[in-house]
Amino acid sequence: MALQDLCGFKDSFLNSRWNLPASHPVEYLSESPIQFVIAAADTRSSCNGLVACPASQKILPVHSHLVGTTSGTSADCALWKRILSRELRLYQLRHGRRLSTAGAAKLLAHMLHPFKGTELCVAATLCGWDGGEQENISKMGNETDDLAKTSESDSISQAEARGRNPCPSPAMSRQHCSAGGKQLVRSGPSLYYVCSDGTRLQGALFSVGSGSPYAYSVLDGGVRWGLTVEEAISLAREAVYRATHRDAYSGNCVDVYHITSHGWTRRDREELREEYYREKERERGKVKERREKQEGVEDGQSSGRKK
Amino acid sequence: MEYLIGIQGQDFVLVAADNVAAHSIVKMKQDQDKMFKLSDKILLLCVGEAGDTVQFAEYIQKNIQLYKMRNGYELSPTAAANFTRKNLADYLRSRTPYHVNLLLAGFDETDGPGLYYMDHLSALAKAPFAAHGHGLNHRFILNLPSFSVRLIDKDGTHDLEKLIPVGAK
Repeated sequence: MALQDLCGFKDSFLNSRWNLPASHPVEYLSESPIQFVIAAADTRSSCNGLVACPASQKILPVHSHLVGTTSGTSADCALWKRILSRELRLYQLRHGRRLSTAGAAKLLAHMLHPFKGTELCVAATLCGWDGGEQENISKMGNETDDLAKTSESDSISQAEARGRNPCPSPAMSRQHCSAGGKQLVRSGPSLYYVCSDGTRLQGALFSVGSGSPYAYSVLDGGVRWGLTVEEAISLAREAVYRATHRDAYSGNCVDVYHITSHGWTRRDREELREEYYREKERERGKVKERREKQEGVEDGQSSGRKK
Repeated sequence: MEYLIGIQGQDFVLVAADNVAAHSIVKMKQDQDKMFKLSDKILLLCVGEAGDTVQFAEYIQKNIQLYKMRNGYELSPTAAANFTRKNLADYLRSRTPYHVNLLLAGFDETDGPGLYYMDHLSALAKAPFAAHGHGLNHRFILNLPSFSVRLIDKDGTHDLEKLIPVGAK
């Protein structure tokens, strides 16, 4: 597994430690008018080829509007997430507002940079919602589709024409607005990938971990502009399920977090074994149907011949 | 493989860089911008090891801007190139060398256009055309989907249309 090699977990170590070569957190940033970020991850922690914990938590909330997925060495990930939460909280207390996801990603990347070349292994994605301290945004949360279909500049002029506060509605993501006429606040959903080798990438879709190639295949096939929340969640679940099916280092359950302007919400943890059995049942049902149809056709043909 | 290409003309410099950010065999991002604006008429193109590129390029970028703030005028492309090379050389024999390959392209009022080729061993050469290919980590991704292209002339930096090679989707 290519990503496993990146973290160097292929060889077993003399002193066993909690290796996490296997999570494949999957994040998806929507581009539909109703904006959200979905983060999904499995729950298996492996160590030298055995499952150390089948119910670990790989998605760690950093604060109310920021969630981080973890991949790599679980101890390193847990530690650096806590350090990041501490620094973000200090920033919030000092400056009176939350640091954006881009800023949090930059902070984490700069904190990890001195450890480059050591065995520190953290591959995290930060999924968050920036700004959102204004009520206007949550009111516009269910903006109709017509706004989304126009270009960004058009939607701004439409919003202004209707006499609303020209702060970005979720229909226009990544827009600069002047909040209160003074600060430039970039508001909306945000997704960053940060790695302990210093990489920091902004994107709309990431999959990390040893199971990520399998997850990518499902996601690349299903992701498109205009996905609803339910569709995105089921796609993320499906991606994690497929990865756990094939990857030995991923498995057990799936956690799904959903981040909007109101903060993050968490779905109940689901056992993927149940999903596997349900799929088997469906397959059995389909095979049975197909067989019956086949027999029906044959009967029809044979009776036709008799006539 | 990451590619950087620079061509110096009579009164312009044309630079292009690919847009892929990859992790071993997976293309994590296909619209990564590898050009860093040092000033209105100077661009730094940076490829190499994963985290080093952005860290080093942003470090140089902020220092160039700091010089402008402190002294009131911008560094010339020659000075910026030499400053960058000096930093690379200083880190080369330290515990944490930066594995980056750079192209610095700029337009000077008096000297005209200039293209500087810099290496991860902190070599510096002013050349009429230059390129970097074959990433240091030997990442083997062929068929790079797109290239961003920019032009620097006496009026500043201009974004040109992204190049999408036919058949490489």
